[in-house]
Amino acid sequence: MSNEHLIPIQTLCTQYKIERSFITSLNDHGLIDIVTVETSTCIHEDHIQNLEKMIRLHQDLHLNFEGIDTVFNLLDRIEALQSELQLVKSRLGIYEHGI
Amino acid sequence: MAFIDYYKILGVDKKASEAEIKKAYRKLARKHHPDLNPNDKEAEQKFKDINEANEVLSHPENRKKYDEYGKDWKHADQFEQAKQQQQSQRQYQQQEYGGFDGGNFGGGDYSDFFESMFGGGASRGQSRTAGFRGQDFNAELNLDLKDVYETQKRVLTVNGKNIRLTIPAGVENGQIIKIKGQGGDGRNGGPKGDLLIQFNIRNNTKFKLDRHNLYETVDLDLYTAILGGELTVETFDGKVKLTVKPETQNGTKVKLKGKGFPIYKKDGHFGDLFITFQLKTPTNLTSKEKELFNELSKLKTS
Repeated sequence: MSNEHLIPIQTLCTQYKIERSFITSLNDHGLIDIVTVETSTCIHEDHIQNLEKMIRLHQDLHLNFEGIDTVFNLLDRIEALQSELQLVKSRLGIYEHGI
Repeated sequence: MAFIDYYKILGVDKKASEAEIKKAYRKLARKHHPDLNPNDKEAEQKFKDINEANEVLSHPENRKKYDEYGKDWKHADQFEQAKQQQQSQRQYQQQEYGGFDGGNFGGGDYSDFFESMFGGGASRGQSRTAGFRGQDFNAELNLDLKDVYETQKRVLTVNGKNIRLTIPAGVENGQIIKIKGQGGDGRNGGPKGDLLIQFNIRNNTKFKLDRHNLYETVDLDLYTAILGGELTVETFDGKVKLTVKPETQNGTKVKLKGKGFPIYKKDGHFGDLFITFQLKTPTNLTSKEKELFNELSKLKTS
């Protein structure tokens, strides 16, 4: 992970109009990783998409940190189930009409 | 342009209080929120619908206007005029996405009905989180099974930009490949979005594919089945000669190791090919043949 892909938390707070405490709480709950480079605290850009999702879940649905964590766990399970379903469907196709 | 019944969308009565509307909206938002319904276009649309309904019904001035005009909607010519004025604007905005689905659901694209009544730039409420990180672009690529037997390079045009893409051999039907940083630009120095390409792979070969293994049914004539011999069969990448053992039964399976489909991102690794023999008994027998079969039959019973 090179430093250029790290985005300072200060920037994120301004861009998303969120409090710094929101991000530190996400970190405290193990939902996001804060990286410290010299004096500035940052988040890797690969995690921004998840951060955006957490902000939306918090703002749109008023979910707290435990709720966000639960949602993420369930989404992981849905994803795993969907890929399993896709596999089973392809296999079923072999017996039905040969995809 | 059709009239939209916002009360119906939120499932509330026309006399519903603000609190009831808020409650109904929040409950529906929890159900249809796109983050909770990934890759679900229907939920995405529903979420847009309920947000629009909420935008109208939760603001007293919007609700009042809607209730007033809504009553005699069919005579409301002024809406038609307003619609035409705004249409040119909107079409311009939509072109940006080209053939791709903008993966973002937040940026409030309202219905024609809404925009004609409240205008495109009407009170949009809280701005969404979208913007800093660029949008993800979703694309679908339709390929034939033959195309993905070998790694190949293709150039895709996404939003006017050419992207060189290496499609690894053995990519599977429905698989999504993420190409980092090839989505929309971020704003204010934000990271770029990604390009997500879903592969739809059509198999119009005679082989059936299950993960990396191929399956094929091969006709076997009676005499080769009984006496044994050689048989030429087609595999995915050419013909091979098989030795058929004497007295091979109908439905016998033979495995040809490594003659299956390439395994994704494992160079030189292949699945297997399974061949099932289907016995073909002779038809249109001559009298001589019938005679000889009769003889064989008698030999067996005696």
